Amino acid sequence: MLSKLIWNKPYECMDREQLLKLQSERLVSTVQRVYHNVSYYRNLMQKRGLVPEDIRGVEDLSKLPFTTKQDLRDNYPYGLFAVPLSEIVRIHASSGTTGKPTVVGYTRTDIVSWSELMARSLTSGGTDKNSVIQIAYGYGLFTGGLGAHYGAERIGASVIPISGGNTKRQITIMKDFGTTVLACTPSYALYIAETMAEMGIDRSELKLKYGIFGAEPWSEAMRREIEEKLQISAIDIYGLSEVIGPGVACECQCKNGLHIYEDYFIPEIIDPETGEVLPEGQQGELVITTINKEGLPVIRYRTRDITSLNYQPCECGRTLVRMSKVLGRTDDMLIIRGVNVFPSQIESVLMEIGETEPHYLLIVDKVGSLDSLEVWVEVSDKLFSDEVRKLEDLNRKITHEIQSLLGLSVKVKLVEPKTIERSEGKAKRVIDKRNQ
Amino acid sequence: MFVQQISVFVENKKGRLADITKVLAENNIDISAISIADTANFGVLRMIVNETEKAVQVIREAGYTVSITEVLAVEMEDKPGGLHKVLELLGKESISVEYLYSFVRCPSEKALILFKVDNPQKTVDVLRRGHFRVLSFDEVKAL
Repeated sequence: MLSKLIWNKPYECMDREQLLKLQSERLVSTVQRVYHNVSYYRNLMQKRGLVPEDIRGVEDLSKLPFTTKQDLRDNYPYGLFAVPLSEIVRIHASSGTTGKPTVVGYTRTDIVSWSELMARSLTSGGTDKNSVIQIAYGYGLFTGGLGAHYGAERIGASVIPISGGNTKRQITIMKDFGTTVLACTPSYALYIAETMAEMGIDRSELKLKYGIFGAEPWSEAMRREIEEKLQISAIDIYGLSEVIGPGVACECQCKNGLHIYEDYFIPEIIDPETGEVLPEGQQGELVITTINKEGLPVIRYRTRDITSLNYQPCECGRTLVRMSKVLGRTDDMLIIRGVNVFPSQIESVLMEIGETEPHYLLIVDKVGSLDSLEVWVEVSDKLFSDEVRKLEDLNRKITHEIQSLLGLSVKVKLVEPKTIERSEGKAKRVIDKRNQ
Repeated sequence: MFVQQISVFVENKKGRLADITKVLAENNIDISAISIADTANFGVLRMIVNETEKAVQVIREAGYTVSITEVLAVEMEDKPGGLHKVLELLGKESISVEYLYSFVRCPSEKALILFKVDNPQKTVDVLRRGHFRVLSFDEVKAL
């Protein structure tokens, strides 16, 4: 049963020794191409006294410099492209909420590769040619919509390219068109579930079986919530536009880590402070080198996502390394009175505590010279009681659990539903007033 | 014999109560009893209305968390010691009262008080044995 959900067995189940050989060959050729075609990388390598011949295989990877989002911005828009613009058939860009957007380009071959990677991911998430897949990721400059679209078409599924937003219409279409697979952000999936309840649409009216959710970190508790509310199998997909878009890694139905497509990408985990490569199993920042990409190859790209790697074989039959669910982003990481805090930690506490709707907001401020943390939690039907005492107990319990997890004092405030802004894209979980 | 009470979570913010009463007024819903329990940050608004289901629906649509709670409407003498007699009886039977409040209007010379208790069925039996009248929801709605 599980093996049916593998799109490309020769690559996804490749013997690891053979895989390493393939990676080394592809890395060597990638380094040669960027050295000769991208002046930015050539200069960096020359500064380090490196020539392409110094990189003979994966074992030499750590000799190479890192690439950061800032490097892409500094070379805005096309400075890091490794082919002339005439070879580029598609351009995407990040939202650019903080500074210039990062621009990425794909050759015709890259689009084929990306479709292959997304076909693998969607297959692993439960999609096949009989599926009706509703793609509620945004279409446009964002890679989510079109990435999923091409992968689903490659599989031969029936694609509903609805894009994000207009939630009631999403639900009506889901019902009328018999959607079996939903692809969107996990927070939007929950929003859809809520809206369904408001519209009085029962789950039994839908044919939905699988959800493939990504573009933001989400916890195991949130998975349980989505799976319960929508009665589907919810799969985590990972990717970022700078690397290729969605389809860098995806969970299989074992839901125990996301398989990274290592014939395209070499992952490393580093200490975000020192840049030192960490051993297997340790948590740190994920770094990715693309080894099968033409338009915009990236060398040791710092994703800013915090995860760990597991090379143990998986029950599904894939030999590919698994990355753990992303814990948070190095730039979402709040440092409050010297303690590292990820919004996802608060989320898991809230959901463990008692089926809390995962609607919360962290407000970080400075009181005098001391950082303060306030957590707003929306009171759902499940949490609500007509007795003030029980609500106060709930407030105390949440406070206690967060404090014991983080080792930080926190003020919890229960708020009315819909107080916290809902997103149809990425969820806003933090307001940091310290630098305002 | 249980009376259905609407409970609403309300933040301690200006205009919240008016927001809810506006919705009720617009839907022509009659409130026969009301109370609010408050803390520094939030409160719980409790009401008995003539159309419970409709009230829940319109309040929920207005964006509030709302639930239905079962309470008891107990008639007692409207004179010094009237309430005490009821509470004394409940205390003797180890019944805890979570909260109580009274009706906006009272049809007779008797007082009518709403009780939320930890064991409503037992409370009804105890009160009836003690010759107190416990009103049904229909009787309350007919007030």
